[in-house]
Formats: sequence, C-alpha cells, structure tokens
Amino acid sequence: MSTLTYALADSRTMLRRNLKHMVRYPTLILFVIGIPVVLLLLFVYVFGGALGAGLGPTMSGGRTEYLNYLVPGILVLTVAGGGQGTSISVAMDMSENIIARFKTMSIRRDAVLIGHVVGTALQTMIGMAVVLVVALLLGFRPDANPAEWVAAAGLLTLITVALTWLCVAAGLWAKSVETASNIPMPLLLLPFLGSGFAPTDQMPTAVRWFAEHQPFTPFTETLRGLLLGTGIGSDGIVSVAWSVGIILFGYFSARSLYDRDPSAA
Amino acid sequence: MTTARPHRSVIRATGLRKSYGDKLVLGGIDLDVAEGTVFALLGPNGAGKTTTVQILSTLIGADAGEVTIADHDLWTQPDAVRAAIGVTGQFSAVDNLLNGEENLQLMADLHHLPRAEGRRRVADLLERFDIVEAARKPVVTYSGGMRRRLDLAMGLVGDPQLIFLDEPTTGLDPRSRRGMWDIIRELVAGGVTIFLTTQYLEEADLLADRVALLDDGRVVAEGTPAELKRRMPGGHVSLRFADDLQLDRAARSLDDARRDDEALTLDVPSDGSVKSLRALLDQLDRAAVEVDDLQIHTPDLDDVFLALTGQRTRSATDPSTTEPSTTDPFTTDSSDIEETVR
Repeated sequence: MSTLTYALADSRTMLRRNLKHMVRYPTLILFVIGIPVVLLLLFVYVFGGALGAGLGPTMSGGRTEYLNYLVPGILVLTVAGGGQGTSISVAMDMSENIIARFKTMSIRRDAVLIGHVVGTALQTMIGMAVVLVVALLLGFRPDANPAEWVAAAGLLTLITVALTWLCVAAGLWAKSVETASNIPMPLLLLPFLGSGFAPTDQMPTAVRWFAEHQPFTPFTETLRGLLLGTGIGSDGIVSVAWSVGIILFGYFSARSLYDRDPSAA
Repeated sequence: MTTARPHRSVIRATGLRKSYGDKLVLGGIDLDVAEGTVFALLGPNGAGKTTTVQILSTLIGADAGEVTIADHDLWTQPDAVRAAIGVTGQFSAVDNLLNGEENLQLMADLHHLPRAEGRRRVADLLERFDIVEAARKPVVTYSGGMRRRLDLAMGLVGDPQLIFLDEPTTGLDPRSRRGMWDIIRELVAGGVTIFLTTQYLEEADLLADRVALLDDGRVVAEGTPAELKRRMPGGHVSLRFADDLQLDRAARSLDDARRDDEALTLDVPSDGSVKSLRALLDQLDRAAVEVDDLQIHTPDLDDVFLALTGQRTRSATDPSTTEPSTTDPFTTDSSDIEETVR
C-alpha cells in the first residue's frame, strides 16, 4: 500500500473510533441540536413579532417573515455550537494516555485529528439537518432550487470543516477540558454580531463595521441568498476565502500543537 | 561481562541527556540492550526511568545523545523505530470508551493487518491474556490487573521486536504481579527484547538479564543481577571453627577478618565469587586450618539499591564517592556497635 492509502486507512480507523465514542456517549450531539433549536423557538415566538416588524421597509414584516430571515443565521450558529463540542472532546481525548500510545506507533501523524474533524463535522451536519427539519415544521419556506440546495449544503460543509479545524486546534491548545469548553464561546456570539439575527444596517457604526467584516456575516448572507434568493454579491467568494483561510490556519495550528514535544511545555 | 558471543544491540544509547528547564532529568546515560534479553532500568521514583522510556519510544525529544533502536536512528527515522517497538506505559494507555476487543481491533487496524489476520490476532491475544470473558465489556469496568494485561496485549498486536514496559506491575496486587511476570517470561521465550523499568528489586532480579541502576538521572551501576550483588559492600564469607586454636591460626593468616571469639567465627570480606573463594580456601590450606563450616553472605539487590542510591543522595556534591567502597565492609556494622556500647 502507498503512503496515501495508509494515511486514508489510518484516518478511517480513527474516524471509526470517534464515531463509536459519539454513539456511545451522545451528550455532545444534544449540544449541537439543543442550543440552535432553543434559540430558534425563542427568537421566533418571543422576539419574532417585534423583530419581524423591524426587518425594514422592503419586507412585509411579521413572525413568518422573521423565521425565514432567521434560519440561515441559526444554521450557521449550529456550526459554531458544534465547535464547542469539538474542543471539549479533543481536550478530553488528549488527556487520555492512549494518545501517547498513538504517538509511539507508526501511523499517519494527523490521523487522530482528521478522525476528530470528520467525526464532529458529520455530527454537526446531522445536527443541522435536524434543526432544518424543525425550522420547516415551524413554517420556514425556502425557495431554493436543487442546485442551490447542493450549493448551500456545500457551503455549510465547508464552514463546518473550517470551524471544526479551528476548534480542534483550540482543544489541543487548552490545558484543561474547562478551558477547552470556554475558548469557542466567542464563536457562538459571532452570529449575533453579524447579520444572523438582525440586518447590520440598523447597528451603530462601530458594531456595524465589525459585523460587516467578520466571517459570519458573509456566511449567513450567502446561505440566505442560496435558500431565499436574496442577493449574494461578493459574499460567496468572501465566504469561501474565509473558510479556506480558517482551514489552513486551523490545520497547521492543530498539527504543530499535536506535534509539540510534551516535555518542552 | 562474560558474554563472549557478539550480540546484536537492539538499543544502543550514548550520552543521553534531558533537562526540564533547570532540572536535569538525565545526566548523560549510556545503554546497550542485547537482542532477546530483558534489560531492567531500576531506580526510585523520580530517577528518570519514565523519561528514558518516553525518549526511547519517540514520545519526547532529548537534549543530547545518540540513540539507535533496531538499527534505526531515533532522531532521523522515528517512524522506523515506531514500527519496531511496542509500548506499555505506567498508566494504562487504553481507550476507556471502547471495550477490550475493540481496543485490540483498533491496534490491528492501525498496524494495517489484513482483516482476517487482524481478527485472528485479536482473538489470540484475548485468549492468551485471559480477557475473553470481558472482551465485550467497556474497559472502564476492568480491574487494574486486567487493564494492564489489555494494555500489554495492545502493544503486542503489531508483533514488535522490542517492548518497553514502564513499571508494568506498579500498583498491581501480588497475584496480578505474578501473572504479569509469567507473561513477560513467555514473551522473552518467544524471542522478544524487553526494556523494563521498575522500582522493585525482586522484579529486576527475577526477570532481567542485565540491570542498570538509575539514580538522579545517572546510571550508578550496571551488570547482571549477580554481578551487582557481588559488587556490594557487606558481602562476606563466614567461617566457623571447631576450637580456639583453629580460630587463632586462621585469624593470624587472614588480617582483614573480623573475629568473634564466642561464636568461634571469622567473617572475611568477599565478593562471593568462585575465584575469591578458591583463594581463601587455598590460604587456609597453607595455614593448615580446619574449617568446620562456611557460609557465603551475598547481599540481595535491595542492599545494592539502598547502598548505591542512598550514597548518592548523601554525597551529591562529590561524584567520586558514588561508587561504593568495597574496602571495609564492616565500617557500618562496627560503628553501630560502638554507638550502642557507649
């Protein structure tokens, strides 16, 4: 077998290990599904009426209108929520002695990390599907054609992989599981400080500047464009660029953190 | 050092040094482990045993030194070294969220064994290490001994030629410890080389072909268990005589002996080797002394351990005294007596 075949085999083995962990200890998937669903219900039924009325003159306003506006933001938030679970499970795994065993074995070095990324990405995707079903039941009515659905799924996958690599690095960087659960917190706030829950043009200048330059806004806007037919403009390219940048940063940070000599710390 | 037959070294390390910040953990140690033998690194807690294993098993780096393991350079070909070794750590390196069988299967997959071959080896190891009944139970429910057996079994899936056992019996009850010793003996019989660390002298004595005594990051003594015991101060031959006349005659010909008039004995310092015994008996023959009874007192490894490691802490400033003095084995004894008399 070639090096690449071995790399794939090792990553697949590690993925299988992670999936077994998830099936046996499914607490983290509740994180992934619970938070977005609760926020969805809260924002639609508690704030929905008021927020819908404030969406702006181009829209008719109201609860259903706001639900349609909200869902892309909630989906992106689901990814961020999954990130927190990723950091926790990576930090927990790294505290196990089995990792030392892996490091003394002749296996693809980043297979453990790839196993985590693919495993949690799959988990997050499942979480997003559930959230989407809940949204549809509540009355979410996207007007995307099949190609747009595929593009939306692709975009969400890309964002998920990007944020998961970032959170894997955070989990490796954290000295404890507690720290690991706190580092990704800001990711959960970013959708709020963007166009996830309200249009940015009604925000004060400083907040608006931040909102328009952080990645979650183009993520949300692109997704909204694909699902609801609003304008995408340059947001698509910007989203892909952010994602690729985050993947590269996350991967190389994670690699070097995993490879760092534990005795040099 | 009677091994005239040239051996192949599985581990050869020279000048291995490691510090954690200001703290020197390994102060330049040399190791040579022959193929198919058990090498024990013996030392108290904090001597640097685990650090040594971590370095040799590619887990952490070192500050200096040259190491070759299974003909591969440790620094430039770590992956080749990894392919040749199996590691069992002080704390069981098992996946707690999987069951015993899955843990072994995980190892089989990571060693890229063909499916059937992997399954066969997993079943074989479960059987051999007496984990069959618990094979499908989560590892968290395992007893300490069972976890350690699984841990060792996992290290064997890849059929390594060198196995590191870092304190394999620490924390085990006597029965599990004995079981682990049996397993280790079986492994050696199968031709595997074992690098063992332990703080139990009995363990090193029972299992090891060669022992290196590690204290404060330095190898303070190395040899076969028997050699180490012979080098120990306090080894002596006790001679008993029928009467005063014989005792007098013997005492006159052996000047460094300690005499006990009441018991009619003479204690002669000796390393207990055949050569020194023959010399002693020749000398007694020449003096025409009749010996009633002769006993050899060889210290056990415990004495070696305490003497060497203790000495080192007392004379930390003077490295020249790390080697035990063999000239006057009675110093400690007589000073004790003097103190009780006064």
